[in-house]
Amino acid sequence: MVSTNKQTVIFNNKPTIIGNFSIGGPLESKGPLRDYLGYKLEDDKLNEDTFEKAERKLLEHIIFGAIDNANLKLNDIDVLLGGDLLNQIVSSSFAARKFGITFIGLYSACATIAESLALGACLVDRQVFNTVCCATASHFSSAERQYRFPLELGNQRPPTSQWTVTGGGASILSNKGKGPVITSATFGKVVDFGIKDVNNMGACMAPAAMDTIMTHLQGTNTRVEDYDLIATGDLGKLGSEILVDLLERKGIKLGQNYSDCGNLIYNKQEKVFMGGSGSGCSATVFNSYILHKLRKGDFKKVLLVATGALLSTTTSQQGDSIPGIAHAVCIEGGK
Amino acid sequence: MDFSIMDYVITFLVGGTICALAQILVVRTNITTSRILVLFLSIGIVLQTLGVYPYFKDFAKAGATVPIIGFGATLAQGAIEAAKADGLLGVFQGGLTATAGGIAIAIFSGFVVALIFSSKTKHIK
Repeated sequence: MVSTNKQTVIFNNKPTIIGNFSIGGPLESKGPLRDYLGYKLEDDKLNEDTFEKAERKLLEHIIFGAIDNANLKLNDIDVLLGGDLLNQIVSSSFAARKFGITFIGLYSACATIAESLALGACLVDRQVFNTVCCATASHFSSAERQYRFPLELGNQRPPTSQWTVTGGGASILSNKGKGPVITSATFGKVVDFGIKDVNNMGACMAPAAMDTIMTHLQGTNTRVEDYDLIATGDLGKLGSEILVDLLERKGIKLGQNYSDCGNLIYNKQEKVFMGGSGSGCSATVFNSYILHKLRKGDFKKVLLVATGALLSTTTSQQGDSIPGIAHAVCIEGGK
Repeated sequence: MDFSIMDYVITFLVGGTICALAQILVVRTNITTSRILVLFLSIGIVLQTLGVYPYFKDFAKAGATVPIIGFGATLAQGAIEAAKADGLLGVFQGGLTATAGGIAIAIFSGFVVALIFSSKTKHIK
């Protein structure tokens, strides 16, 4: 049932997250969430020739891991919803090729995991499909080659840049079983405040996060205090400060229960400048730390607001500003 | 040719300062590394055209020629000399002819390195 704001959906047949899995790259495996990761990579090439081939192998492992964690077989999955950062979302398509299951490819940059969870929840809620796998990943080196410069150039990165996470996560949604449930979701609108600086993605996406958070609170008739955790995807250090400020001006105060996945995934001492980013950032944090806490009961109600910067290398070179989008899912502690 | 210790020190300090200036631009400004490269190249061209660069080169030797400023100066020198000899055609031919060696070595070494090694993700720290 869609709310009058035409963005928020409150589910009647709330889908259960019956399984999940996450994998972190070498750097993520040294970070503060390392003990929550399903698997820690030592070699981010996964024995493949290129980083792009490694990224799709990473996604395959993540999907297998989630299906296994749910105690299911490949046949039990009705559909795979996935996306990633690479052009034409090749990592997801090529990974899906391996599984031979129905595949719906998605793209909203770093917001893809929330988009897939929200859409997957709609499909299960409306009984279109019974068991849905929502997966995404990213890889630092393949993202660098595509969005910035290939590693071989030995280029220096400016201090305001974020570090694309090597890693990802997948969740299995089902119409039966035990676990945390997705109770509502808000699909975002594209929001653009005219920022053109590709080294300041956080500022580009913060307005979209603000818009979606406000819409979700209004659509579900909840307040910030109702949530144990409100987690944005990868606004990073600067972007999260901007978000807090933007919301405060609208009369909404984000408190101690607000975190950003980009700030959670790496140690403060690491020189990752502005924090983690990439579609794998929120996917890894959600499918490791956040779901663990939900299953344990430490968190009872979580709002995941993944954010994406919807630019391409072409648009920024042509002088366009960077539009952002944020999708939100609300997950509550299961039975 | 005999070089004194002082020659080495000056070469090192001048070359290092040029690199440090570029580093400051990377850290403090939004200028991309490719634009910094073009900027320094253009500075070299200007210095050569104004006749200042040869003095700089005598003073700092490799400290002036190895950074990209030196490449810009060679480019300009080649273009100017060829223009004097061949006119307008020289303007276009001269720059690349003078820097052909440097360019060819850069491309060739890149090729050889790419054949031998495969890239790894950088590790910070």
